[in-house]
Amino acid sequence: MKLFRFRGGIHPPSRKELSAGSAIETMPLPERLYIPMQQHIGTPAEPAVKIGQHVLKGQLLARASGALSAPIHAPTSGWIRAVTDFTAPHPSGLPILTVVLEPDGKDEWDEFPLPKDPFEMPPELIAERVAAAGIVGMGGATFPTAVKLGGATNKHIHTLLINGGECEPYLTCDDRLMRERAFEVIDGVLLILHGIRWGRAIIAIEDNKHEALEAMRATAKGYGQLEVVAVPTLYPMGSEKQLIKTVTGLEVPAGGLAAQVGVLVQNVATAYAVHEAIRYGRPLVRRIVTVSGGAVRDRRNLEVPIGTLVDDLLRHCGHDGEPERLLMGGPMMGTVLPHAMVPIVKGSNGVLALSKPELPEGSASPCIRCGSCVRVCPVGLMPLELMKRAQNNDLDGAQDYGLSDCLSCGTCAYVCPAHLPLTHYFNYAKGELAARAQQKRKNDYTRQLVQARQARLEREAQAKAAAAAKRKAERAAKKAQEAEA
Amino acid sequence: MLAAVLSLTVLGLALGWLLGLAARRFRVDVDPRVAQVEALMPGSQCGQCGFPGCSPAALAVVNGEAPLTLCPPGGKALVEALGNTLGISVDTSAMNDGDPQLARVDETICIGCIKCLRTCPTDAIVGAPKQIHVVMERACTGCGACIEICPTGALALMEEEPTLRTWRWAKPQLVAA
Repeated sequence: MKLFRFRGGIHPPSRKELSAGSAIETMPLPERLYIPMQQHIGTPAEPAVKIGQHVLKGQLLARASGALSAPIHAPTSGWIRAVTDFTAPHPSGLPILTVVLEPDGKDEWDEFPLPKDPFEMPPELIAERVAAAGIVGMGGATFPTAVKLGGATNKHIHTLLINGGECEPYLTCDDRLMRERAFEVIDGVLLILHGIRWGRAIIAIEDNKHEALEAMRATAKGYGQLEVVAVPTLYPMGSEKQLIKTVTGLEVPAGGLAAQVGVLVQNVATAYAVHEAIRYGRPLVRRIVTVSGGAVRDRRNLEVPIGTLVDDLLRHCGHDGEPERLLMGGPMMGTVLPHAMVPIVKGSNGVLALSKPELPEGSASPCIRCGSCVRVCPVGLMPLELMKRAQNNDLDGAQDYGLSDCLSCGTCAYVCPAHLPLTHYFNYAKGELAARAQQKRKNDYTRQLVQARQARLEREAQAKAAAAAKRKAERAAKKAQEAEA
Repeated sequence: MLAAVLSLTVLGLALGWLLGLAARRFRVDVDPRVAQVEALMPGSQCGQCGFPGCSPAALAVVNGEAPLTLCPPGGKALVEALGNTLGISVDTSAMNDGDPQLARVDETICIGCIKCLRTCPTDAIVGAPKQIHVVMERACTGCGACIEICPTGALALMEEEPTLRTWRWAKPQLVAA
């Protein structure tokens, strides 16, 4: 298959060898699970359980609310102990509404009706069941999968692209999944194909994962509609737009979506979750997490129930002293965690406890305009110009230079010889833009409220005047009556 | 009788014509930008800017007598919009937008007098006589009108707590090398 090349990109040290050799292990149940009510892009789910209630594994904990949302299910059987605020896996360390579950140790599944042959089901039913299972994009973006599938049926999708890129250093959870559960992943891919009524899928895997490639190729053999492709190892290959460009040569327009060029992208772990949901009716209640980094003693790939604390994972794997930096996700795009008392959510592919030597060193110095960042930017932006504008709070200027197309992939900051925190500046500028939009919405809303109030006051005054006139008329009529009598 | 009617009619017509003439001749042109600026402002007439309402404030902004940053409820978003309308570029970085204020009711002191409900320009306070009132944060602009009117001092302005929805990355602080 002819491959294309996206512009820029870097080769950071992969450090995958730290955990690639360890097979997927099931993590023993922790004492408590903390399940946040928002683990997806969109509206938070609404809790549907009471405190003290006993739930079975896979039972609904929270309903999806609105069109862009996903339900959340019990990761094990046990008792609901609280519905409260708890630290979210977010750099701010701010709280989010969370259901606290105390496992009863039996890990007993709820009963689900099993479909006879999913390939005889009407395709819409696949998206429906995927929605009910609470499946979201498991590569980290956590976009509700059913919304993507539902959108795909009425657009002209010509390729289903399965993302086995896993381009972030350290992470090996998708690698292990493809090696050990290739059959299940392939089955999930076939089910997604059935759901979107289309026959062709390309499974793209970075060429540094030989075993995964072999296992997937062997399993996909015999299915004419599937093709397993080795793509070059180049960060950020796992980014949707960059992967589409590499495999199909198509470029997603600025601000556009993959569907616009006729491609639907799903992560391998999402395909696996679809297999579990459609074949066994099991909702998404656990995921594979890579626990790695220099401060971790036994680096592993653990299959953990959603809601397990990062602290539980670190204690299970052992760590030497306090890690210098704690991350959820990969080192390039992951979230810095304020502390380890933060739960694993549907999109958490890794927990990294980094030691000092693994962190970049050197303090920031002025930009020398060497253009290294321009050469490596996978989107084709000019990070140095963007940063200058962000620094001077020229948000409109930054927008003109394509700020909204920035992936925040960290490639520019990685190569910057002046150690400038470019990505941090872009995150800041994006936040300011979002704040501005929010303020504008609030101002519009305030204006509406003021107008509504004025209209109401007028209405009330009118009603008062009308009532007074009525009373006056009544009095006059009464007087007239009395006079007649 | 006829003389009186005639003289008054003539007088009325003549004066009316004079008035009409004066209205045309001495017409004061209102800067159309004032209306534009007023439309951008929140319109809650809260008076935090020091002007009696949004309309006089808009006039002052257009005449250059007040800075674009005069409106606390409007925040940076309003400053940018005003700058675009008036063609002035403003540096908003110095503006402290970090801690928007919201009114909050202290439930232990509120006596349910409904005075604040009536005063609030955006109907952000909900309540009924002899019931504890509550401020709807989404609608509150932090204008403070309710605070002055509260007989028991149950209302106070407090900094808005950041949530996951409103939290933003801080600007990186570079140490000069």
